Amino acid sequence: MTPPLATAAPTRLVHLAPVDVVIVVFYFALVLSIGWYLKGRANTGEDFFMAGREMTAWVAGLSFLSANLGALELMGWAGSAYQYGILATHWYWVGAIPAMLFLALVMMPFYYISRTHSVPGYLKLRFGEPSRALSAVSFAFMTVLMSGVNMFAMAKVMQIVLGWDINFSIWVSSLTVAIYVALGGLRSAIFNEVLQFFLIWAGALLIPILGLYEAGGWTNLKLQIAQRASEQYVHLWSGLGSFTTNPMGIHWTGIVFGLGAIISMGYWTTDFLVVQRILAAKDIRSAEIAPIIGAGFKMMVPFIVILPGLLGLAVLPEKLVPESVAAVTGGHSYNDVLPLMLARYCGPGLLGLGVTALIAGFMSGMAGNVSAFTTVWTYDIYRPFINSQGSDHHYVNMGRWTTIIGVLISVGTAYLVMQFASIMDYVQALFSFFIAPLFGTVVLGMLWRRATGPGGFWGLLGGTLSSISMWTWVKIDPSALRYVALSPHAKGLAQDMYQALWSFIVCVVVTVVVSLATKPIPDSQLTGLVYGLTDVPSVGNVPLYQKPLFWAAVVTVVFFVLNIIFW
Amino acid sequence: MISIWFFIGISLAVNGALILAAGIYQLVNPPVNPGVVLFHLHANVWWGAVLLVSGLIYCFKFAPGQQS
Repeated sequence: MTPPLATAAPTRLVHLAPVDVVIVVFYFALVLSIGWYLKGRANTGEDFFMAGREMTAWVAGLSFLSANLGALELMGWAGSAYQYGILATHWYWVGAIPAMLFLALVMMPFYYISRTHSVPGYLKLRFGEPSRALSAVSFAFMTVLMSGVNMFAMAKVMQIVLGWDINFSIWVSSLTVAIYVALGGLRSAIFNEVLQFFLIWAGALLIPILGLYEAGGWTNLKLQIAQRASEQYVHLWSGLGSFTTNPMGIHWTGIVFGLGAIISMGYWTTDFLVVQRILAAKDIRSAEIAPIIGAGFKMMVPFIVILPGLLGLAVLPEKLVPESVAAVTGGHSYNDVLPLMLARYCGPGLLGLGVTALIAGFMSGMAGNVSAFTTVWTYDIYRPFINSQGSDHHYVNMGRWTTIIGVLISVGTAYLVMQFASIMDYVQALFSFFIAPLFGTVVLGMLWRRATGPGGFWGLLGGTLSSISMWTWVKIDPSALRYVALSPHAKGLAQDMYQALWSFIVCVVVTVVVSLATKPIPDSQLTGLVYGLTDVPSVGNVPLYQKPLFWAAVVTVVFFVLNIIFW
Repeated sequence: MISIWFFIGISLAVNGALILAAGIYQLVNPPVNPGVVLFHLHANVWWGAVLLVSGLIYCFKFAPGQQS
């Protein structure tokens, strides 16, 4: 869900004052202290891998959102807002809110009452070992690679923004993450993600406030953007009737069906990196409320990400350019817009907080990857296929070592990317291959009792292979984009939308056909795993304002109102 | 167990105090070239104060010993 954020020209955007350095150092000291404090509370498998399953709805919900709110996410989407206008907001609203509510109200009960440790673990219960193996191996492999790619990209950003040495950034940040996750496990990762959530808001909120003050309010900002770019840059839906009437070259069907119905559903409901945080909730009501809390705050994130990009269009004296142009001319690229706005408004102290927010975002994203990788490796690969007889203590030790090894593999990937920059594009593309088909497999497993083990496995494999085939086709012959994305005017992001849609459809069709051709699973084996055969536990006799459904309705109303306001 | 909100409070309070102090220093000794636009709003003074007060509220409300 992060736009490509390549980095190029080594120019230094900001200079830190001594007080800024103190704030950055204090952050590192605090996260290490939290890890050290929590090390005594990570002695059992449930503690280390599932944070004791005792997180409140607020902690699980903010952590759920934070795991996705990485620094590259912030900078990348701010750059996309500069490049494409307010259309980038779709990735925060229609591309997130319906999926988060669907997770809360429909899927979470099955994840929670099955007591699974992971999403591949659910596939094992529902479809059997082959589906789990395929999902676990692909997830573990891609997670550490993605972590390494993000590590390199962030180190490069730190070089450009602050002039820091790449090796210094990679090793200091990765060792810090390795220490606090290996010590405190998932609980430590979650605590630091909640801390990061507050730091991001504290560090980034001033930019839109001061930016709107400088621009003279929202109405004046829209006028300035219309003069400097296009009126379509401030409309969410009105330009999506055609591929040619909006800056992104996308049709509304791609946004609604590709992004809203498939990609976001796949990411927010089956990517174990984020789902793991909800599985740590203390009870079913907390597990259902947590994604709704996350959705409420997710709707507000455009204020600190998209709005700075739009403000950059209006108030920055220079015109930002694509990375490829910036690399040649030495100018600033779209992706520099957030640091440029930070430097524009934030003096000593505030600058340190803003930089800390970026570092915190990167580190918590990495911790999320590493803790998810550790759980999947230990519970879904090591225990079933390598050593099924170990004690709980043995698996906790395996988790600690896997954390360190996972970080080292990520560091190795980062250096590999440093040597061969094109790897970054391949790894980011690879990760997207699995998301949409996995959603198809999981949602069919939960909602359709007739889906069988072979159906789930071949559907997942078929969907993934179809996604890889489409990507390879466009890579070899770029003109094929007109077939994959239904238009010769489609751009890269549009390809992602339609590629996800087709691979999901392939997954569903293959799953249905193979399932109908194979022997049904007896209902007795599906209890607790499938809708219609499961008594979903009640959230308890609580007042209306404590019910998940009530807050989901509130979030839904706000979601529609926001989309209408910015139509 | 120390509440996560206490750690949040410490972070906000310390950062707020540092930012407020930097802002007050600049208020008393205005730089010739501030380097930022809207310097006259002294954002680091009031934003630092907001963070400091928020952090202190969290620290007191979720102090170890006050939690079950």
